[in-house]
Amino acid sequence: MTTTLSHTSVNVDGWCEAVDRLAGGSLTLLSLWADPPDVKMALLDEAKGDISILSYACRNGQYPTVGVKHPPAIRLERAIRDLHRLEAIGASDTRPWLLHTAAPYEFLAAEGEALHQIAVGPVHAGIIEPGHFRFTANGEYLVRLEQRLGYVHKGIEGLMTGATLDTAAKLAARTSGDSTVAYGFAFALAAEAALKIAAPPRAVYLRALMAELERLANHFSDIGAICNDASFSLMHAQCGILRELTLRTAEACFGQRLMMDIIVPGGVARDIAADGAAALRGLLAEVRRVFPSLIELYDNTASLQDRTVTTGIVKPEYARQFGAGGFVGRASGRNVDARRLPGYAPYDALAFEVPVLTAGDVNARVWIRIREVEQSLSLVDQLLGALPDGSIRVDVPSRGGEGLSGEGLGIVEAFRGDVLVWLRLDDQGRAARCHLRDASWFQWPLLETAVEGNIVADFPLCNKSFNCSYAGHDL
Amino acid sequence: MAVITDFAQQSAQMLLVLLMAPLLTGFVRKVKARLLSRQGPPLLQPYRDLIRLLRKDVVLANNASWLFRVIPYLVFAATWVAVSLVPTFRSGLLFSWTADLIAIIAVLGSARFFLALAGMDAGTSFGGIGSSREVMIASLAEPAMLMIVFAIALIAGSTQLSTMSAFMNSADVGLRVSLGLALIALIIVAVAENARIPVDNPATHLELTMVHEAMVLEYSGRHLALIELAASLKLLLYVSLIACLFAPWGISPAIAAPTLLLVGAAAYIGKIAALGFLLAVFETSIAKMRVFRVPEFLGAALMLALLATLLRFVSRSF
Repeated sequence: MTTTLSHTSVNVDGWCEAVDRLAGGSLTLLSLWADPPDVKMALLDEAKGDISILSYACRNGQYPTVGVKHPPAIRLERAIRDLHRLEAIGASDTRPWLLHTAAPYEFLAAEGEALHQIAVGPVHAGIIEPGHFRFTANGEYLVRLEQRLGYVHKGIEGLMTGATLDTAAKLAARTSGDSTVAYGFAFALAAEAALKIAAPPRAVYLRALMAELERLANHFSDIGAICNDASFSLMHAQCGILRELTLRTAEACFGQRLMMDIIVPGGVARDIAADGAAALRGLLAEVRRVFPSLIELYDNTASLQDRTVTTGIVKPEYARQFGAGGFVGRASGRNVDARRLPGYAPYDALAFEVPVLTAGDVNARVWIRIREVEQSLSLVDQLLGALPDGSIRVDVPSRGGEGLSGEGLGIVEAFRGDVLVWLRLDDQGRAARCHLRDASWFQWPLLETAVEGNIVADFPLCNKSFNCSYAGHDL
Repeated sequence: MAVITDFAQQSAQMLLVLLMAPLLTGFVRKVKARLLSRQGPPLLQPYRDLIRLLRKDVVLANNASWLFRVIPYLVFAATWVAVSLVPTFRSGLLFSWTADLIAIIAVLGSARFFLALAGMDAGTSFGGIGSSREVMIASLAEPAMLMIVFAIALIAGSTQLSTMSAFMNSADVGLRVSLGLALIALIIVAVAENARIPVDNPATHLELTMVHEAMVLEYSGRHLALIELAASLKLLLYVSLIACLFAPWGISPAIAAPTLLLVGAAAYIGKIAALGFLLAVFETSIAKMRVFRVPEFLGAALMLALLATLLRFVSRSF
């Protein structure tokens, strides 16, 4: 399937027609952001594989709301209002989102006898990121969860405005530390599209190699952490060993455990170490030796299965509506993967499967991760086997005035799901506006739906199985 | 002279349990860590934690009542008294006439009642959650525990621990089905009462899943030290109880030579270590259950204990 990308400027009618198609389900919302005075909306037609970016010029800082007809856009609209002061006309929810003001935040009311509220966070007892969860519970049963995020807003998009390409690439790589490769990758794709250059083949393969290593490391830690939230720390310890092995191999290959800043616009900053291929093969052998017995342990521990099966179900229709990617979407029947659609090099030349399950519970999200680990192992094998020779970087045209302006879109499959980076360069080749959208934007709201009818004590398990990014979402 | 020896030995028992309780906690943690391929904290870490907590200031919630401040002492005292009554290395201690098993359960029950009150005292949602869950568990564990006592008391002919222990050590016991059922039930109750996996997780940091830890979340400084020490003592109590009822070998009789006392002490430490090791293995091999499975789990204990009691009426040989 070839993906086409189109940019269109639309008027009110064109905008509203697109909103209607979103609400009707024939389009998927990829992102909604502001490039003042415009608001832009990236849409994916999953049937045809086409991506279109609609641009609407705001009048008096106002644009027609998307969120009222298509709820996944609500938080994006609130973020646009906070960051760019553009108003969605007719929006149902006008509370701030990323902006935290002195005014008390009004949580949605849930009224009824015997209902009580439990406030959790933003500071949690464990070493995790900050976010506030407001539960309304009836005894142990959850009636509603409302999230309050934005505590780790770093102003990444603001810092990027006017930054040189190098600085912007570094900022992009720091959006969410656990997905730094994916963010660097997506930013590089966007920058290369804007500059109309292409990374050399060897760099493309090395990028995918790093992306798969990152996916492996994160999936290992997630599988272990989910089990640990059911107090089954044996899996946590064993998966922790595998994660550590993966990170050490990454360090041996690329000189840095998380491989931050190695992917740069134009290629990669450093080649794989001379003995990197051997280290990677050693890692693959070790994982293939240990991992199957861990899967068996997971599958055969009845007390653990009792916790994960049928807990925190995400309904397929919600996953579809929110266009959820990653293990959240794929565990609820969505056959999507940014490596396939829109697809990018070198994955078009590699053989891999996209695991899909329909149960939508915690167990399904664990299994998607397990299957993806297996696919990533095979991908690393293929990438090593087909690693082309040649240069690892092309020169990025910098400074010098003319012809450097342009727009580019990069979509990369991080371990959580698709990361979207849209970049507009000014004529100096600097980032005039960059928008980064983490997969978590469309997964956090699904967590609110997944916990309904579950008990309070199962929330940590549901939450960990989503493992949404706070940093990537709060920007 | 006899009174002085008795008094000394009772004091020795009280000191022994007080000193050993954190060690058992540290030992279980260490074994669990080793089973997970981790180094684990040193065995003496619980003592250091207690000293650290004792040195720290107490932070009190603004709306905490006097009850909140008094309860740690109450809980600690009650638990310490309860564990001092269980025969460890010697039976027939000075206080053993009060060492009625039902009294021990009652003392522990009062301690829990006050702790649950303290959980709700500051008015935070976690304290309330913890207290409500704790009481739910207790309301099932206590009847099961009483049935266990009845089952064993019917066989031993007494609810007095020294007598029960002596009977279990004698040849009259034999192999009895009802004792086996009571043992399993007692283990289930011990796991639940001590907030161990699969009922609760003593090492958890997840606010929403905690039971015991949620209840004591507002405590700090010396109050927390007392509550932690009480929790360690309670674990030691249940382990000692299982040891004294179901593995009474080596417990020295009331009037005995010093060598027998030493043998008793060594046997006791060996039994505690073995049971602590088994606890660590059990905890490592199982995930925590859903809160609403706990009633089924404890219901099983109640049924087993009931069955053990009823079997006695079917035939005296059970």
